Amino acid sequence: MSSPTTLEPPVPTGGSRGPSGHRVTGGLLDPKQLLIALPDAARKLDPRVMVRNPVMFVVEVGAVLTTLSAIKDPSVFAWVITVWLWLTVVFANLAEAVAEGRGKAQAETLRKTKTDTVARRLGDWKPGAAAPREEEVPAASLSLGDHVVVEAGQIIPGDGDVVEGVASVDESAITGESAPVIRESGGDRSAVTGGTKVLSDRIVVRITSKPGETFIDRMIALVEGAARQKTPNEIALNILLASLTIVFLLAVVTLQPFAVFAGAEQTIVVLVALVVALIPTTIGALLSAIGIAGMDRLVQRNVLAMSGRAVEAAGDVNTLLLDKTGTITLGNREAAEFLPVGDVSVAELADAAQLSSLSDETPEGRSIVVLAKERYGLRARAEGELPHAEFVPFTAQTRMSGVDLDEDGDRRSLRKGAATAVMQWIRNNGGHPTQEVGPMVDSIAASGGTPLVVGEVVQRGGESTATVLGVINLKDVVKAGMRERFDELRRMGIKTVMITGDNPLTAKAIADEAGVDDFLAEATPEDKMALIKKEQEGGKLVAMTGDGTNDAPALAQADVGVAMNTGTSAAKEAGNMVDLDSNPTKLIEIVEIGKQLLITRGALTTFSIANDVAKYFAIIPAMFTSVYPGLDKLNIMGLHSPTSAISSAIIFNALIIVALIPLALRGVRYRPSTASQLLSRNIWVYGLGGLALPFAGIKLIDLIIQFIPGLR
Amino acid sequence: MNDTLAGWLQALALIGALALSYRPLGDYIAHVLTTPKHLRAERFLYRLGGVNADVDQRWPVYLRSVLAFSAVSVIFLYAFQRLQSHLLLAIGMKAVPPGTAFNTAASFVTNTNWQSYSGETTMGHLVQMAGLAVQNFVSAAVGIAVVAALIRGFTRKRTDRIGNFWVDLTRVTVRVLLPIAFVFAIVLVAAGAVENLHGVHEISTIVGDKQSITGGPVASQEVIKELGTNGGGFYNANSAHPFENPNAFTNWLEIYLLLVIATSLPRTFGTMVGDKRQGYAIVSVMALIWVASVVLVTVNELHSVSSTAGHAAGGMMEGKEQRFGIWASALFATSTTLTSTGAVNSFHDSYTPGGGGMTIFNMMLGEIAPGGTGSGLYGILILAVITVFVAGLMVGRTPEYLGKKLGSREMKFASLYILTTPAIVLIGAGTAMSLRGERANMLNSGPHGFSEVLYAFTSAANNNGSAFAGLTVSSDWWNTALGLAMLFGRFLPMIFVLALAGSLARQQPVPVTTGTLPTHRPQFVGLLSGVILIVVGLTYFPALALGPLAEGLH
Repeated sequence: MSSPTTLEPPVPTGGSRGPSGHRVTGGLLDPKQLLIALPDAARKLDPRVMVRNPVMFVVEVGAVLTTLSAIKDPSVFAWVITVWLWLTVVFANLAEAVAEGRGKAQAETLRKTKTDTVARRLGDWKPGAAAPREEEVPAASLSLGDHVVVEAGQIIPGDGDVVEGVASVDESAITGESAPVIRESGGDRSAVTGGTKVLSDRIVVRITSKPGETFIDRMIALVEGAARQKTPNEIALNILLASLTIVFLLAVVTLQPFAVFAGAEQTIVVLVALVVALIPTTIGALLSAIGIAGMDRLVQRNVLAMSGRAVEAAGDVNTLLLDKTGTITLGNREAAEFLPVGDVSVAELADAAQLSSLSDETPEGRSIVVLAKERYGLRARAEGELPHAEFVPFTAQTRMSGVDLDEDGDRRSLRKGAATAVMQWIRNNGGHPTQEVGPMVDSIAASGGTPLVVGEVVQRGGESTATVLGVINLKDVVKAGMRERFDELRRMGIKTVMITGDNPLTAKAIADEAGVDDFLAEATPEDKMALIKKEQEGGKLVAMTGDGTNDAPALAQADVGVAMNTGTSAAKEAGNMVDLDSNPTKLIEIVEIGKQLLITRGALTTFSIANDVAKYFAIIPAMFTSVYPGLDKLNIMGLHSPTSAISSAIIFNALIIVALIPLALRGVRYRPSTASQLLSRNIWVYGLGGLALPFAGIKLIDLIIQFIPGLR
Repeated sequence: MNDTLAGWLQALALIGALALSYRPLGDYIAHVLTTPKHLRAERFLYRLGGVNADVDQRWPVYLRSVLAFSAVSVIFLYAFQRLQSHLLLAIGMKAVPPGTAFNTAASFVTNTNWQSYSGETTMGHLVQMAGLAVQNFVSAAVGIAVVAALIRGFTRKRTDRIGNFWVDLTRVTVRVLLPIAFVFAIVLVAAGAVENLHGVHEISTIVGDKQSITGGPVASQEVIKELGTNGGGFYNANSAHPFENPNAFTNWLEIYLLLVIATSLPRTFGTMVGDKRQGYAIVSVMALIWVASVVLVTVNELHSVSSTAGHAAGGMMEGKEQRFGIWASALFATSTTLTSTGAVNSFHDSYTPGGGGMTIFNMMLGEIAPGGTGSGLYGILILAVITVFVAGLMVGRTPEYLGKKLGSREMKFASLYILTTPAIVLIGAGTAMSLRGERANMLNSGPHGFSEVLYAFTSAANNNGSAFAGLTVSSDWWNTALGLAMLFGRFLPMIFVLALAGSLARQQPVPVTTGTLPTHRPQFVGLLSGVILIVVGLTYFPALALGPLAEGLH
């Protein structure tokens, strides 16, 4: 599955879906990554970089202050606090660097595909023109609208559309999928990506992107995080965190005059320690790592989000538009049952259907053979097995397939195919389809199936009898587990709408079977667009997938538009995500990843604020028991000494960041359920957990560090 | 009937009366704020003021109207006090000194009603009636107008209009405050409060001393003092004075009046947003905090006796009126500090550290349970916005409250709101404590002295207006500092509330699904209460540790 230049394939471990629910996970954190990221983390100490994160910037300023103070009045306590404050900042940077590091590794493999390709530019290519002028230029000098020719073994020099020819292309460089794909001029499979390799044949490509702005360039920028901008929710959260930081800064700065009045003036070291303990450092440190890791989790699933905004919007989606074919149903219809007419037995019909389908190579035809075998034990006969048989293959013109058998001078012809075609064939041979056939055909169509009729013409002597043997019901097969997924989505408050070109009757039948909330039948691109606009007018966010050029306007209109990588460049341009696997079902996973990203932020914010309670109980008595001995009653953890208490709080504060890096990168556990259930769970784990954990953690650290001589 | 039974009966009767008022009063205010019809008297006022009552304002215009109206009120009230000796009914009072006049003007316009003067020796009847009492009405109406604008932010969609300030102000005054005040003023007079235009009576007491007793239009001012959560007493002794609050019934009635509008406004909110459960959720949080606080203060005063006089009385009776006793005093103290009223029937300075500390903490909560008229509801709604934001992230969606998304703009205003009051309190108290001279105005030393300063700034910035007593605040520094604290504490938050209203009104509401965080369930009530306690607790814990906690923990 992977070739040397692939992205990491989707991680099956941990991402597996058990029957009892599932969870979206990311890769695991390798301790080695922490070491690799250290230099980057140190580089981020630059105040010009730090200032973008107000919470951690305050910590850094505090660390500078305590350093100066520790140099002036050295003590073990001052140095312990100083060192741990610096570590707090480094740990925060480490979280971000690790998150970015994962993207960088992926970008590196992508960059390898950007070799200096030579392009064979065609001077004045016109459709059908013979032997245009050809020149060799570096790929970097191609401009929009140029035509290039690419032959087997060559690398496509830039993004574009195939305008002539058909070729198999190895796209493993971007998709990680080594099976070649077919690219041909016209239609929805015409887009090619620069850096991919033509394996066979010759194509002419019209370049649709400028050098430096190709798909691979954008991918590199995205996975590296270079193009990363803060998302709306992240900005809102940052504002809240900044204002909490200011409140706590004020609370501590104004504490000094109160303390002086009480006769317990505090040192700079203690005041800084109190500020750092109170401001929401945990979430402040992990916030950007959470965002980067969220994008990264998408990349691991081979989805490229063009912006973090799109990932967040995915979490907010109210309505999912899902294409029927390929998303809800398997790509092809399959034979589901044989319905005999008159005296014909089911076994006879199955036999006739199988015989007449042996030469039908379409998936539908093969499914008939399989059904006859599986349900009626009829072994599929090879063509050579029937000596006197003459096979009539399926064509789009006749819309029938069949076989002519010579048995002792009698000639028996079997045909299977579209109802109208076979009935016409029967009539042409002098037969009359019985009364019951028509209603059978209609009822199958009404139930969402496709009726195929099996007919027989027997010529015995000069006489020929033509009869209809029965009808085959070809049905759309809903993918396994779809109903459960849709139920889950409904619990999450997301409405699913199936989009199909089928007639309303058929569409309704499939919609009912799959359990979607609504459907849009006989959908044209205009209908799709109108539906999206209608939903959006009601304040809803809409997500959809699409691949064709005619999907492009709808993809652009949707709040989350996932373009299939196999689609046209217009579609990829219009959407705000590209699924490299071209698997429309992934839309559901994308929504879950979006939600998980927000939940992780909320959970860690709650955790971070809840932590403060314990820190107060450690630090406040430590500061003031000397003047107000009664305050020692607040020392409910029974910490050893004032200095050990403050140090323990600061050390806990730093270590909790490192401890939570894996959680930030992986995202918190997410189970699709109603908002109430989700909230209850997260309050229990992160709210009450955040309240209780530091009491234990600080006490534990205190038990250890009380043995440091200077802290007694 | 023993004290305990009487105490229980009073509290339960109070809760019952408030519960009975919740629906009719809340719905009536909602009707007043939404009906398109004007009264004839109102039309006359609009014509007089040149107001086009049928045109709604954008939020900056609404804000400008609030600020302009308040600025004019401050200037008018200041001038009124300075010139009172030249006016009618001065009953011999001299011009109020500039510092006190500014402080008082700021105090009454901001619905704080902090008093750095003694009413009976400073203000003439005309200033009391046409100056202070008028502000008691309109400053309460301004609070309700602002919360009405915020509620419209939630209910309206795709508009930049959040109502007309002049209409809201006029309607709330004319249709809500005046009628209720009129009825209950008569009840108060019937129950024994004073209402006349007499000057100072010189009388001889039994032991032969001379005593000056000032009469005046007391009952009419008393009723709006409580109803509008103002709290500025006609007399220095405030509701401990027998002319203002003659007996146990008037005491109970005054507590009811100071709570009734603020506790009914959540109903107005629920009715206006079309989901009454939202109102019940908010009022539940208010009730939860109020009940917890009443219990804590009462228990502390009954059992944590902290002075020798208290031991002798078998309860903390120091600073409390014999007429009311511990139960009714604790009930009054809790209600007045939780409503931004600041009227007192006992002196909080003399409470136990636990009880007195609770009165400070009550104000630190931001006057939201149930808070001042209007200001209480907008305060708690802002905290609800913060809660919804954090909780909303935890359910995996861009947080939304009542269908309106809480994006960076909304969070900016909500964050600024919760930042403002603590900043004023802490900076104010911090400055006072670092100035040796101002610090000397404390009556007590040690943590209790610090509590007095902390109480003063907490009371001013939260627009409560009650005083811990003990601290001498009549100097120019204190008058100015507290005056500014009141003005900033009132109008900065209003700016953020109206800006938030504007940005909410512009949005298209998001439909509610099972993926939406429900904000009407007990879960949310618990969460909002928790957020209020934790956010306030974390902000003020260090300061409280050095004041009431240091004093109370031995």
